[in-house]
Amino acid sequence: MKLTKEQVLNTARLARLDIAPQDVEMFSEQLASILGYMEKLNEVDTTGVAPTSHAISLTNAFRQDRAHEHLPRDKALSNAPEKDEDGFLVPKVI
Amino acid sequence: MQLHTLTISEAHDLLKRKKITSVELTRAVVDRIEAVEPKVLAFLTRTFEDALEQANAADKAIAAGKITPLTGIPLGIKDLICTDGIRTTCGSHILEDFIPPFDAFVMRKLKAQNAVIAGKLNMDEFAMGSTNEHSAFQVTHNPWGLEHSPGGSSGGSAAAVAADMCLGALGSDTGGSVRQPASHCGVVGLKPTYGRVSRFGLVAFASSLDQIGPLSKTVTDSAILLQAIAGHDEADSTSVPNGVPNYSACLGRDLKGLRIGLPKEYFDIEGLDPQVASAVKKAIDTLSGLGAQTVEVTLPHTEYGVAAYYIIAPSEASSNLARYDGVKYGLRDKQKTELLEMYRGSRSQGFGPEVQRRILIGTYCLSAGYYDAYYGKASQIRTLIARDFEQAFQKCDVIAAPAAPTPATALGESLDDPLAMYLSDVFTLPANLAGIPGISVPCGFSDKGLPIGLQLLGGHFAEETLFKTAYQFEQATEFHKKRPPL
Repeated sequence: MKLTKEQVLNTARLARLDIAPQDVEMFSEQLASILGYMEKLNEVDTTGVAPTSHAISLTNAFRQDRAHEHLPRDKALSNAPEKDEDGFLVPKVI
Repeated sequence: MQLHTLTISEAHDLLKRKKITSVELTRAVVDRIEAVEPKVLAFLTRTFEDALEQANAADKAIAAGKITPLTGIPLGIKDLICTDGIRTTCGSHILEDFIPPFDAFVMRKLKAQNAVIAGKLNMDEFAMGSTNEHSAFQVTHNPWGLEHSPGGSSGGSAAAVAADMCLGALGSDTGGSVRQPASHCGVVGLKPTYGRVSRFGLVAFASSLDQIGPLSKTVTDSAILLQAIAGHDEADSTSVPNGVPNYSACLGRDLKGLRIGLPKEYFDIEGLDPQVASAVKKAIDTLSGLGAQTVEVTLPHTEYGVAAYYIIAPSEASSNLARYDGVKYGLRDKQKTELLEMYRGSRSQGFGPEVQRRILIGTYCLSAGYYDAYYGKASQIRTLIARDFEQAFQKCDVIAAPAAPTPATALGESLDDPLAMYLSDVFTLPANLAGIPGISVPCGFSDKGLPIGLQLLGGHFAEETLFKTAYQFEQATEFHKKRPPL
């Protein structure tokens, strides 16, 4: 299995990561080796096998619908890299 | 008496009989940390001032007749469990300055018992790694051989307990991250059944696999710690509502008639160190001598566990770690003036190479056109692995296995080949995929003097059986009494 430079860069774009040009080759080789190993799973016939997303399946994890305290705004904002009194500040979007 | 060498149950007994105070005990732990931490480097944050205040409060509670098994006991916490007002880094630059505005559910439980928190412990970044070398800040050294890794990802927690820098610790186990470092550092490590302990406030790595678990010097202490942190929490919808049994009550039960399953696939696994195989086999003989009987069982999908896990865990991680975007908390690349650029800059600067690698694997496996071939297939294999265990547990009560295929690796040894590191999780990650509990207890030493762990696995909610078996084994052996030469 081989991952092209374009596939690596496209995956990085989807993952919101910048990969330095000198690292593309390394990631391409490592990912190819790891994903190549995953192909082992194709040895197993899984026709008709239901997928498991959680090993202990709970249904209807209900709780009472009642109001309780939430984080106060100043605490919620306390770790913000940039903020004003009311919210988080981000670079201009439009 | 060297107070830092006490176990939790021993210290509790002395506190209860007013032979020592929590302040004395905490001071002894602080002195111990100052003496050996320069060699071990297990702590990312020390909280000595808070700890002494908590110790004072614990002493007052004890004087007022209010004592619980953890009152006044100094503990360490893996640095991905949120601690209100105390930096929680996850071993990552992206959370280097993150100060949680709330406590994890387990921290609330510990505080309610007046436990003492000595500090936050090192780990592989976001719990992704098996050696602690993927911490963004420092490499923890194994107290039994300083040139060796303590294991990972809860390596700081295991090393701190082994080095007597705390009486017990909490870690987290997504694919073996409690049991494998416990095995490498000669301590007891438990991964509870999925859902037994609330994940509220545990920074998410792979949500369907993550579980908080205790690391301790003895099985008795492991039961005490699980008792303290287990229980239903409506803030975690995967937390189970089942009642919590009295774990300490089962310890003294004998092993007569206990059926120990030996998976025939496990002892033929490539890369299993002969010294580990021999120590585990001797341990099984010890258990047989205590009245247990062995039965051969089969876990036919064992060889697919690593591949399934390393699709599922990175897939969930790629989604969970999308929250680190430099907006609400964590590192922001302030040079970037455009939003998308800022996300990418922050994430690329903030995440280390192993985390980036797993995000890329996960993103690839979930991306259009590949989802069915990777994530879908792995989720089906997960079903087959869970079924293997269900069938095995019809024939046996516990499964005995190594915790790790080798003793601790030398530092630097496994950094170049990520796949080789992943393969070393072969004995631990099936339990996470199947949601079952597992415990590692010390069962020997290699010729280099490095600890070896026996892993016991049980069916869902079979923690009592694991504790009973591990306790009887511990009482019949001396491994847990040996301390590292620091």
